Amino acid sequence: MHPILGQFRRLIAYLLSWLPLSAMLVYLLAVPGGLTWAEAFALGIPLCLLYGFMCLSAWYSCRWTPLDRAGALQVAFTHLLGAIVVSGIWILAAKALAHELSAFSAFNGLEPRLSKNLPLLFGTGILLYLLAVAFFYVLLAVQQSQEAKEREMKAGVLARDAELRALKAQVNPHFLFNSLNSISALTSSDPAKAREMCVLLGDFLRRTLGLGEKAAIPLEEELSLIRSFLAVEKVRFGARIQMEENIDKDALDIFVPPLLLQPLVENAVVHGISNLVEGGSIKLEIHSRNGTLSIAVENSFDPDSPPRRRGGVGLANVRQRLATRHGNLASFDVKTEGDRYRVAITMPAERPEHAP
Amino acid sequence: MTQSADKKFRAVIVDDEELARQVLREFLTAHPEIEIAAECANGFEAVKSVTELNPDLVFLDVQMPKLDGFEVLELIGASAAVVFVTAHDNYAIRAFEVHAVDYLLKPFGCDRFEAALTRAKERLSAASPATSPTAQPAPPLPSPSDLAAAARPPAQYLDRIPVRDGTKVFIIPVAKLDYAEAQDDYIALCSESKKHLKQQTISSLESALDPSRFLRIHRSYIVNLERVARIEPYGKDSHVAVLHNGTQLPVSRAGYARLREFLDR
Repeated sequence: MHPILGQFRRLIAYLLSWLPLSAMLVYLLAVPGGLTWAEAFALGIPLCLLYGFMCLSAWYSCRWTPLDRAGALQVAFTHLLGAIVVSGIWILAAKALAHELSAFSAFNGLEPRLSKNLPLLFGTGILLYLLAVAFFYVLLAVQQSQEAKEREMKAGVLARDAELRALKAQVNPHFLFNSLNSISALTSSDPAKAREMCVLLGDFLRRTLGLGEKAAIPLEEELSLIRSFLAVEKVRFGARIQMEENIDKDALDIFVPPLLLQPLVENAVVHGISNLVEGGSIKLEIHSRNGTLSIAVENSFDPDSPPRRRGGVGLANVRQRLATRHGNLASFDVKTEGDRYRVAITMPAERPEHAP
Repeated sequence: MTQSADKKFRAVIVDDEELARQVLREFLTAHPEIEIAAECANGFEAVKSVTELNPDLVFLDVQMPKLDGFEVLELIGASAAVVFVTAHDNYAIRAFEVHAVDYLLKPFGCDRFEAALTRAKERLSAASPATSPTAQPAPPLPSPSDLAAAARPPAQYLDRIPVRDGTKVFIIPVAKLDYAEAQDDYIALCSESKKHLKQQTISSLESALDPSRFLRIHRSYIVNLERVARIEPYGKDSHVAVLHNGTQLPVSRAGYARLREFLDR
């Protein structure tokens, strides 16, 4: 699609920009060319308009010889050839017009007088064509950068889509299956407990629903999600899970991406506690200092436990989400000391007034 | 009622979650012919109980502390009928490759459990020579370790080898394995100057180990390449590999070619 021919308003603006050029042409024909001003006007204005149209063709040759891919020689050759052809046609048109005008008494003898000026006109034509080439190259560059921006935006949307899908997948189906199995066990032995477990599980699932649409939630909300997750896991693992919390009260209203911490805690259960015969503890530390939120999830684990696959997917996802959101302002560290595994995160503390 | 239906079966339940064991226990109460011999909460306990009690039937969870279900199966041998019980459906193919009787997905209902139990009983009565004296002797089954090695997901190599000595289980991280030596139906795994015997063929072990770290240097030997100090000529045209701890291992001609190829890379 031609960017100028395609839109009427653009075409008008483009032709208007040729007005100063037509003034120049009239001047050239009148002063160095020796035509009368009336003749110069009668020839210059229509010729210039015509040439404006003719130069639109430069767009196509610009498109076929993009500056970043075509060689310099190819670019020079293409446009010089184009300039010669277009300018040649133009002076033929000028001659024809002069011939027609000569019929009027006012413009008697215009044709031979113009003929002397044809080299001048030809040269001007070439220069104007090359000017149009330059203009179209600028236009192409602008278009390309706009397209790139659009692509970038699209990529951003895609990335967010992918993140949402990842979030949904993060609520581990095996967690669900194992919990249902626990409920199945309790229905006959302890129906009240079974009902309680149903409520806990429902509570957790309800909290995770709809989280994907939110870019950020208050830390307090994420914490209650974690607590309801652990409440379910505690029914499964009994006394094997111990939870320690050390949380700054004033950190609770800081906004964090949803399901940022839950995967860390789930990881601590699946890869840590569940491999320990006697169980172990998960320690959650959250502090807020000088506009920085630091979070650490620490758990005991068995260094000799059987290897499990799927490990690290949740962590990689958290790391990636932090990086896309905060770039270098966030940090993500994993440390293993003896039988303790520790994931530490720091990120800028987003308070409600800054949050979307 | 046939004779086999009256037979008592002994079962062991292996799951690290008390509630998960409870479901199985409850479903088994409807079957007086099945006696629960033991309940185990981790892989080590499972191996110990199964070797000591020699049960007919094992209900086995996959993800557990200490040893996973497949490692347990590898160590307890093929004597019992094994029903895997897990929430993960992605182990099903592997489970049948190691000749599990059935694969119960948590949560499961009574009907599904009954189906698994029926299958297990069929397997047990078919395997029992007393009930089918005229049946042709079954071809020797590959050892559970061989099956486990073959059933491992592609492009994933062992990073630890469980071995059993009586009721005791040892875990040998492959990084600590110096070499493996074939001895009849067994392989001897040498690690930290101790030898552990395991019923497995050397070629199935070879296929389970990372070929960039372990090399078959002889019909009967696989060596950890990190342990090799030097190769010395031995006799007319054979070689020995000398390990850092001084052990000398024979290198066959084909093994020497493989070693050269590896070293030239």
